[in-house]
Amino acid sequence: MKINSPLEAYKFLPATNCGECGEPTCMAFAAHLIDRSHKLTDCTPILEPKFKKKYEELDALLAPEIREIVIGVGEKVAKIGGDDVLYRHKLTFFNQTQYAYDVWDTMDEKDLVERVNYIQDFKKFYVGNFLTVDMVAIRCTSNDPKKFGAAVKKVVETTDLPLILCSFNPEVLKAGLEASKDRNPLLYAANKDNWKEVAELALEYDVPVTLFAPNDLDLLKSMAKTFAAMGTEKLVLDPGTFPTGKQLKQTFTNFVKVRRAGIDGDRDIAYPIMAVPFTAWMAHDDPVSASYWETVVASVFTIKYGDIMILHSTEPYAMLPELHIRDTIYTDPRKPVTVDPAMYKVGEPTADSPVLVTTNFALTYYTVESDLASNKIDCFLWAIDTDGIGVEAAVAGGQLTAAKIKKGIEESGFDLKKDTTHNTIILPGLCARLQGDMEDESGANVMVGPADSGRLPGWLEKNWPPQKK
Amino acid sequence: MTKKMKLSQLSDMLQDLDVESLEGVTIEGDIELNITGGGGLNPALAYALGSEISQISLHMANIGRMLGFPAEQLFASAFGMGEMPQPQALPTSPKIQELLASKFEVSKVDNWKNPIQEVTLGATSGDGGSRKNTVTIGGENALPYYFDAEMPHRNYVTMDVFDMPIGMAKSVKGNYEDVINDPAEWAKKVVREFNADMVTIHLISTDPLINDTSAKEAAKVVEDVLQAVDVPIVIGGSGNPEKDPEVLEKAAEVAEGERVLLASASLNLDYARIAKAAMDYGHVVLSWTQLEINAQKELNRKLMKQCNVPRDRIIMDPTTAALGYGLDYAYTNMERIRLAGLMGDDELTFPMSSGTTNAWGAREAWMVSSPLKQDSDWGPREYRGPIWEIVTGLALSLAGNDMFMMMHPTSVQVLKEITQTLYGSIESEEIDITNWIGAEV
Repeated sequence: MKINSPLEAYKFLPATNCGECGEPTCMAFAAHLIDRSHKLTDCTPILEPKFKKKYEELDALLAPEIREIVIGVGEKVAKIGGDDVLYRHKLTFFNQTQYAYDVWDTMDEKDLVERVNYIQDFKKFYVGNFLTVDMVAIRCTSNDPKKFGAAVKKVVETTDLPLILCSFNPEVLKAGLEASKDRNPLLYAANKDNWKEVAELALEYDVPVTLFAPNDLDLLKSMAKTFAAMGTEKLVLDPGTFPTGKQLKQTFTNFVKVRRAGIDGDRDIAYPIMAVPFTAWMAHDDPVSASYWETVVASVFTIKYGDIMILHSTEPYAMLPELHIRDTIYTDPRKPVTVDPAMYKVGEPTADSPVLVTTNFALTYYTVESDLASNKIDCFLWAIDTDGIGVEAAVAGGQLTAAKIKKGIEESGFDLKKDTTHNTIILPGLCARLQGDMEDESGANVMVGPADSGRLPGWLEKNWPPQKK
Repeated sequence: MTKKMKLSQLSDMLQDLDVESLEGVTIEGDIELNITGGGGLNPALAYALGSEISQISLHMANIGRMLGFPAEQLFASAFGMGEMPQPQALPTSPKIQELLASKFEVSKVDNWKNPIQEVTLGATSGDGGSRKNTVTIGGENALPYYFDAEMPHRNYVTMDVFDMPIGMAKSVKGNYEDVINDPAEWAKKVVREFNADMVTIHLISTDPLINDTSAKEAAKVVEDVLQAVDVPIVIGGSGNPEKDPEVLEKAAEVAEGERVLLASASLNLDYARIAKAAMDYGHVVLSWTQLEINAQKELNRKLMKQCNVPRDRIIMDPTTAALGYGLDYAYTNMERIRLAGLMGDDELTFPMSSGTTNAWGAREAWMVSSPLKQDSDWGPREYRGPIWEIVTGLALSLAGNDMFMMMHPTSVQVLKEITQTLYGSIESEEIDITNWIGAEV
């Protein structure tokens, strides 16, 4: 965006402090516009005709540097781009990288449906939510429009996920569009040979389109400029993903250059970037090596400016790290690291229920909590104040000590002797070395649980209730 | 097309033809339409021409809209129309026959002016040690692998060796079962078979809560490892803040002149004692803090000002959290440290080291399957573990980390491959991706 202080945004607001946006003052609202946690349309008064000019001016100033492109329709719609910074700590990255996994039109129909279902059903629980993948890319390997159209139709029937139609043959793309025209798919791709025809398709069907110019940023920019002049800015840029050696280094350089130019204000190239880690499969024959290398390339370009990518491996050992590295990079760095240090109830604990200790590092806490809750274990869970550091590191760094745990327990007002029948505390396995100190400090029975809370259900089954000494 | 043509001439040219529309007509360049004597025009031609002119005006209006001008309002007021159709409803678009020429340009970052300190580990016989080679890290003038400035040194990997058998993920353990009771053999194995650039000997048995091995005994293990391998080494304590200074002091003494990395000085132990040991016996100090850029500044400052450690003897470990377990903080912490260093913060211009082995603490790396029933199948853990360590390290390499402490041979191999590819030292056959869509995989 073109402004960076709330004061600059405030000048355009009605300054009535009406509160309709949910903020007490226009200045507070302006601050949220700058950190992009509110939209300008949340201010209902500025939408009135008399403020039209101010609205339009401010809206233009607030527009993100990198255009935001929408693919698909309905609930599963995918948004890409929309970024304003080169480093996540400067604000946050918006619209996480969209992962599209491929199918191809020479696949057996049954295999195709099975693969699409696998892609759309894949999920991994993480800090209160499920991580999932986003899109299906349909590759034309037959070069037959009819065959491609049929494959697209089958995918459309099977899933609501947004689609990427992949071919360099305009007739094939047209057949794909006919089969998915209500789904706002992304076209892949226009290149130096077919760009006129593909541009016409993109305009006729009003869909976003990828521009493919392998290792030629002049051509990429020319195409982007040309498409914009022809009437569409719904563009995605693919500077080519070369999978190995110096070519891969050059690819990395191209990604950094394109994004830097866009953030620096070159509107002609300020579009989302596509990576195609799929090409790792053109460099490796062995599927495990190919999967590994594809995951590595995907990780590099999830971190460095890929907004959307096409992948092939659906092995969990590829998808799980991909999902997690994306979450890593797109997590808002401004969100709190910690939960409040306190005693939490999981389920409906009674005086017979176990009492467990963990840290107030949000990730640790939520992991332990979900392991307990999803296994329907009623218990008390103490989040000890370790300055938001996990168990192992906090023991090493002195943020988790017997004295700290005792203090946490005392401050919560919970009395082990009175409020439980067992006067027992269960420590995380990773702080086993605190057991002796803990017994001395608290006078309670101290048990050492497993090193990973995923094993708590089994451990409790064996060790709870504690045997009377 | 700069030639001017009067409408009557056009009409004359086409008068014998039964024209219904002007298909394929594109008008480029400067346009001047001089319409006179409309009365004498062939009605079909007039209609067709009118249609074409209206189309052009729509294209022009569309361009006007793209430039931010509310063209639809102009139309509305000119013709008393209500709402204009949406722009995408325009029947056609400007036809462009050739790509608009354009040159891509981007500037280099101009405020990365401060180079990162170069630090050398290991000393050869010429420098009073017995290592066959040394390892130098740091010296960057830009973020890693960026085109703004050549990266002077590649990333290096030091592999973990422990002075006693420890609990390990199954897929890690399989590689070390034959050497688990012999740190010297273990060290040889990681160098010879797994291509480790360096070896880290962790003296964990010295922890009073584990074996309470004496500093003197532990120092013997260090001597054994120095005998067994000729690469530079890192010496790690047990993490016990009371015992570590004594252990590292003794180890530093027996390794005199070898320019090892002492791991580590931190704010919660007697860092001055470790710094002094490094100074007295010619070593480098690892300055370890926990995900806190200000603590890192403080410790570095104390090492330099209070303990007089020279700048070329400090490496930082700002802490590595595993993928899915705080890597977002670790990544951003390192990236901020590196950017601050490049932009001139003298307290942060040091090369960095990552305890990438921490990735094995992630349950995704070692558990047989997900503890949660709702999850999709996690697949075989022997493939999940190494990639967890790779992606953890890779992310930090992009944040500026120079040296990696690692555990699994496959992880080491792949991490070296990708970091050296981005560094630019890996040659490989060129691959033509022009038609990747049709690739048989």
